[in-house]
Amino acid sequence: MIRAALRSLLGRKLRLLLSTVAIVLGVAFLAGILMFSDTLNRSFTALFASTVGDVVVRPQGGQIELGQVSTQTLPASLADDLRALPGAARVDGNVTALNVYVVSAAGKVVGGAGPPAFGGNWSDAPAGHGIEGLVIQEGHEPHGADEVVLDSGTAHRAGYSLGDTVPIVTSTDRLNISATLVGIAGFADGGTLNGATYVAFDTATAQHLFLDGADAYTDFWITARSGTSQTELAAEAEAVLPDGAEAVTGDVAADESASGLLDRIDFLTTFLLIFAGIALVVSAFIIVNTFSILVAQRSRELALLRALGASRRQVIRSVEIEAFVIGVLGSTLGLGLGILLANAIEALVATFGLDLSGQPLVLAPRTVLAAYAVGIVVTMVAAWFPARRTGRIQPVEALRDDIALPESSLRRRLVLGVALVALGVMALGAGLFAGVPHAGWFVGLGVLGTLLGVTAASPVLSRPFLRAARSAYANLFGPMGNLAGQNSLRNPRRTTATASALMIGLTLAFTVAILGASAKASVDRQVEENFIGDFIVSSTFGQPFSASIAERMADVDGVKSILRERYGIGRYDHSRQGVGATAAADISAFGLTMDAGRAEDLADDTVLLEADWARSHGLDVGDSVKVEMPTGNQSWTVVGLFQDNPIVFFPILTTTGTLIASGFPDQDNYVVIYAEPGTTGLQARLDDVVAKSPVVSVKNQQEFAAEQRAPIDQIIAIIYVLLVFAVVIAVLGIVNTLALSIIERTREIGLLRAIGVSRRQLRQMIRLESVVIAFLGAVQGVVLGIGFGITLMYAVRDEGLDVISIPVVQLLVFLVLSLVVGVLAAVLPARRAARLDVLRAISTE
Amino acid sequence: MTAVPTFRAPAARVRNLTKTYGAGEALIRALDDVTLDLGAGEFTAVMGPSGSGKSTLMHCCAALDTADSGSVFVGDQDLSTLKDKALTRLRRDEIGFVFQSYNLVPTLTAEENILLPLAIARRKPDPEWYDSVISTVALGDRLRHKPSELSGGQQQRVAVARALVSRPRIVFADEPTGNLDSRSGAEVLALLRRSVDEHGQTVVMVSHDPVAAAWTDRVVFLADGRVVDEVSHPTREQVLEVMARVSGPQSHSA
Repeated sequence: MIRAALRSLLGRKLRLLLSTVAIVLGVAFLAGILMFSDTLNRSFTALFASTVGDVVVRPQGGQIELGQVSTQTLPASLADDLRALPGAARVDGNVTALNVYVVSAAGKVVGGAGPPAFGGNWSDAPAGHGIEGLVIQEGHEPHGADEVVLDSGTAHRAGYSLGDTVPIVTSTDRLNISATLVGIAGFADGGTLNGATYVAFDTATAQHLFLDGADAYTDFWITARSGTSQTELAAEAEAVLPDGAEAVTGDVAADESASGLLDRIDFLTTFLLIFAGIALVVSAFIIVNTFSILVAQRSRELALLRALGASRRQVIRSVEIEAFVIGVLGSTLGLGLGILLANAIEALVATFGLDLSGQPLVLAPRTVLAAYAVGIVVTMVAAWFPARRTGRIQPVEALRDDIALPESSLRRRLVLGVALVALGVMALGAGLFAGVPHAGWFVGLGVLGTLLGVTAASPVLSRPFLRAARSAYANLFGPMGNLAGQNSLRNPRRTTATASALMIGLTLAFTVAILGASAKASVDRQVEENFIGDFIVSSTFGQPFSASIAERMADVDGVKSILRERYGIGRYDHSRQGVGATAAADISAFGLTMDAGRAEDLADDTVLLEADWARSHGLDVGDSVKVEMPTGNQSWTVVGLFQDNPIVFFPILTTTGTLIASGFPDQDNYVVIYAEPGTTGLQARLDDVVAKSPVVSVKNQQEFAAEQRAPIDQIIAIIYVLLVFAVVIAVLGIVNTLALSIIERTREIGLLRAIGVSRRQLRQMIRLESVVIAFLGAVQGVVLGIGFGITLMYAVRDEGLDVISIPVVQLLVFLVLSLVVGVLAAVLPARRAARLDVLRAISTE
Repeated sequence: MTAVPTFRAPAARVRNLTKTYGAGEALIRALDDVTLDLGAGEFTAVMGPSGSGKSTLMHCCAALDTADSGSVFVGDQDLSTLKDKALTRLRRDEIGFVFQSYNLVPTLTAEENILLPLAIARRKPDPEWYDSVISTVALGDRLRHKPSELSGGQQQRVAVARALVSRPRIVFADEPTGNLDSRSGAEVLALLRRSVDEHGQTVVMVSHDPVAAAWTDRVVFLADGRVVDEVSHPTREQVLEVMARVSGPQSHSA
């Protein structure tokens, strides 16, 4: 039996190829994502290991969150105490600052919203466990106020080489610096900063620039003598530290940094894996369909095997063996293609600024195992459905002229489909509205259940569509249109299964289109309703900027008044919590609607709370809120509860002074400018203030709205790119179905050619068949996508996204594109059909 | 060589047609310098043992196959000079087919199948002619049925109607009764006969059935790719006799 199965595989190389394509793509996507994620993890683990010493001495609670600025420092005098430790080989003080941007030779800021931009003092201290940190690869260390060292990636991206003058922008009072590039640093093993940028001065300059000239450090690295462990050294250091400082081992510090970041990266990996899952579901559809067709074509051969004495189980097994071989083959090819894809994904995330170029790709054994396991299991499970039906072929059918594979009744499919849709909708409802735990799973499974249910019921549900398509075709395209329409009705299971594969990708694309359009419309409306003043000043990357900008803006001719807003991240009840702040005198400008207390009572060490947030945390006016900030635990008195207001970014609002006292630098996130009535040319004058600071810009309402919409567009674009994969697999599914059905209909095509159908007419017929399938998938996708989109938007209507917008033009474009896809998918099958030798085709069995 | 005097130009002329398969030892001469006129308004049978080249001859005449040398004229057109597009049009407009295995399009009704060649050519059927074809096929209310709902005989009558409806210059029938019982076969042959007698249709039929051949005006016998004999107004007995003679030596050599 095994030999018979393999023979039949090799005898149909084209079919083998076609049925492998779907699984190759599904596995490639999965393997590519796993490889990418491993590469990402390893590069960050390596990066973080090189950014800690054996022991790190730092201000207590100094860093709540990775990449957050804190004003807490340690006095330089502490170094002597640490050097005296018996286990210390050397002690190095570090100055580290954030938001220190390099301006490229082309005048653009290097880096972006994603990876941090570091500045600091150059140090040649070894990292923990003797790992070599950054070393000077070209030039020399920086000395004096006008010398700077860049990491090689940044120097390369900015287009600087040794001797060039590098303009640097910071968020401190010293807005613009320029220094001569005297050294380029890099990792000896070729690692990179993964897109982060690094600017290093000598210690005195770094202290001057970033610590207001204080003789202090942001932390110390202690390098252990050989024989002293990190833990022992940390304990020694702890004994001599003053209050407010702590010593942690490098391993702990690296883990802390890494886990914060890897959590975010895990999200990215999960996000990508969801798309791999979608691709695999679509692949499974194609495989089920392909095997159904293959088995149908071979039913006479299988009946013959049964007549010759093969058992039912042997016949089923022969199909499963075929599936196994295809699974192995597909997984192998998929793994290969996955390497290419991992590179493509790297390029995709590089658009976020997460630059992994130069990192060798990690091919972990787990990836190989997962690729083969998923590839083989998906193929065999998908093939099992049609294989099961072969068992029902009666031996006597070998003798019949035309033989039809027993099909399960469409009524059962309809019942199953409706049941699945019902379950899916219920799960979706539970996930979105009932507040069940793990709601994400309910939503995901609900969507999947609905999609599978629609697919199952589709042969029945789509019949009116296919009938309408047939008569439209007959009217528009005459006899070939009629034939094409009839062909799509001939085997509705096959037509709809092929269309369903496309439906899945398009449903998600339509859903995303609606979510995106709605989110953008919500942003627009919020900006419109809440934009106060005439201009808003903010950093392009959402980073804070020096308070001196606001002060200078206040003095600009034509400015009536300004309103500043800033925030810091602390911890409330062990979880991250943003705290917003403004000048107490400016609070009335927010126009808050108060539920309790008075906004005007806001003073240092008091807060206003958003009413709903306060209620859910059991807080009221007069209570105190305890928040962990860089300077330690803070306790603030609640003086008022305000109703949700979109321009107040966080539920806790305090004064600027309170935030500075909590360890945050005197930097604003937003400055609102009110113009004198009748003033002209104000924006140009404001632009002059920030002209030398390319990160900060002045925007009017439209510009601000556009800036707020931009990240939504970026996310949608990336989701589209990922969905393209599912759509490509589905399009190959159409190619596959058409090609196989042409093989099946060889004799009929021969007949058509014999009675005078031209090649062009034949190609037109295949093209029309393809378009019906693609259009059916697109129409189903539109209906489901709009359904999902509106449901999801309705579910999040309380979270500020309360506009539901259906991007009609975009949806129409997608529908038209689906017709184009149909035409393209038909190109090869149609050519094949047109080239059939008429005589041989007629005489095919 | 023509035994029956033709009073009209032949519907098709075959001149020195040769076609071989394979090479060297395995060389097979399917057609070996065949010259033949197929009379207009005549019902001609081409007979011969398996491998005599009768199917190849028909395929070449019907613009489905090309020969190595020699030429086929359908009307005035030399098929060897035509490209695929012109050949397709010729098949569509000048030639009708009836196959052994009916070869109807399963998705179309009997009526749609009959009208298919006209529809492809975007021509409207001549209503009178269409009615007469439909009535001779005698399908009645089954015209709206799909082929799978018709018997073999009914399917083949539909196929004959499809071949006749566009009034082609020649109808080629390849073993049209091969898959039918004798009664259904007789119905199909009667239909072809009537189209010749009543409408002057030219019909060429490949067959190895002497009973079928007896319905024709003229039988041409092929053996080893050559025309070896022919009989006008044949009877079943005459056909059997010639067949025995023709295939006799071959069975010795085999």
